[in-house]
Amino acid sequence: MTATRGHFISVTINGRPTDFGVSANLSLLELLRNDGGCPEVKLGCGEGVCGTCTVLLDGEPVNACLVFAVQADGCDVTTVRGLAADGELNDLQDMFIEHAGSQCGFCTPGMLLTVTWYLERHPDADREELRRAIAGNLCRCTGYTKILDAVEAYRDLRRGDVDGD
Amino acid sequence: MYASAFDYVRVSSWAEAVAQLQELGDEAHVIAGGQSLVPMMMLHYAVPSALIDIGGVDERTIELADDGSLVLSALVRHVDLQHSDVVARHTPMLTQAVRQIGNVRVRQRGTIGGSLAHGESAAELPCVLIAHGADVQTLGPDGERTIAVDDLPVMQLMTTLGEGELITQVRVPGLTARQGSCFIEMARRPGDFAMVNAAAIVSTDDGGMCTAVRLVLGAVGRRPVDVSEAAQPLLGHAIDEESTEAVAAAIAADAEVTPSSHAGVEYRREMAAVQLARALRGAAADAARRRSGTEVVV
Repeated sequence: MTATRGHFISVTINGRPTDFGVSANLSLLELLRNDGGCPEVKLGCGEGVCGTCTVLLDGEPVNACLVFAVQADGCDVTTVRGLAADGELNDLQDMFIEHAGSQCGFCTPGMLLTVTWYLERHPDADREELRRAIAGNLCRCTGYTKILDAVEAYRDLRRGDVDGD
Repeated sequence: MYASAFDYVRVSSWAEAVAQLQELGDEAHVIAGGQSLVPMMMLHYAVPSALIDIGGVDERTIELADDGSLVLSALVRHVDLQHSDVVARHTPMLTQAVRQIGNVRVRQRGTIGGSLAHGESAAELPCVLIAHGADVQTLGPDGERTIAVDDLPVMQLMTTLGEGELITQVRVPGLTARQGSCFIEMARRPGDFAMVNAAAIVSTDDGGMCTAVRLVLGAVGRRPVDVSEAAQPLLGHAIDEESTEAVAAAIAADAEVTPSSHAGVEYRREMAAVQLARALRGAAADAARRRSGTEVVV
């Protein structure tokens, strides 16, 4: 193997395999936003501080700005668009609307993806655990209270504590 | 937000990584989880000519050796340590420490070997591993060697690792029946860089008297410092507020404290004394719990 600048990679984005030619220093975030056609992945700080660009890489949350695109070769990427099958908002997204968990909306994609991943592994997480799970995904609007209200409502819904409609 | 241009190669073994490091020269960098290196590249603090990606090697084993030590692949991620029952039982401070590293995204990719090789003085893991008397196995152009974790850090972001030398494994002696441990981190917010780290391992006899103590102070100076020697006046005494505060105050008074944007030197010195004393008492309480067989919750 030889180290090179340019690489041909294949990344499956929201279930669709796509080939790209990339420079090694291109971040996964820039790939997704530009050639990847995923402007729903938000660029906040670009240096791993704000969590805004969170995507699921092979099912696990990462800061897309701290992964080089070339490192994602052969991986599955899920962006927030991957949560809304056929454009229909899912239960978590509905809860964010119902509880006003999204104001300016910039942190929302990261919140939705992190919470989806976390509750799949910890379906009974309490509010404190959920607070820790979303740590590092900065929100400057809500004070987090309404986000956590929405997340707890979704947890109860997916556990079957309350009837969804 | 854009790293400078570099060459990239993904390797599938330690030997291949060492060979690539030799070929690509000393401006090349190994990347594992990349959670410290990539931010530095984005800020242009680090400008490697090439990245050798070892992170894809699927080697995240946590093994319990016959002597009660944990043998960890250098590629074990923080999230692996966080959810390991073996780690929680034998080295509960590691569980305490990784829960305070960054956030879920960072813990998902960051590795133990990467943290040690990076040499950040405020990092949680080196502090805990020095308290445990852990060592690392390395591979370099001259073959393998063993280095005590205490001999790794020199100063901020500088270690004694040689050119082209990689950490491949970490061995951590586990707690014995009479020992207890406690790690305390003080930061402005959860996930921030630590202002003070304190790691303590205390042994007590049936009467609660201290029979051995290990103590490490991290984050306040250029590297974590083993201050066990200065804690020896505790031997033969009960670990209470009075005894721990006297020892901790003496250690903090002598400690090298570097300036930080998070807190002034004098404040950090005072807080070092507070956290060291708390870690000692926490370790003694843990020793009592472990002896009485109470379920340990970390």
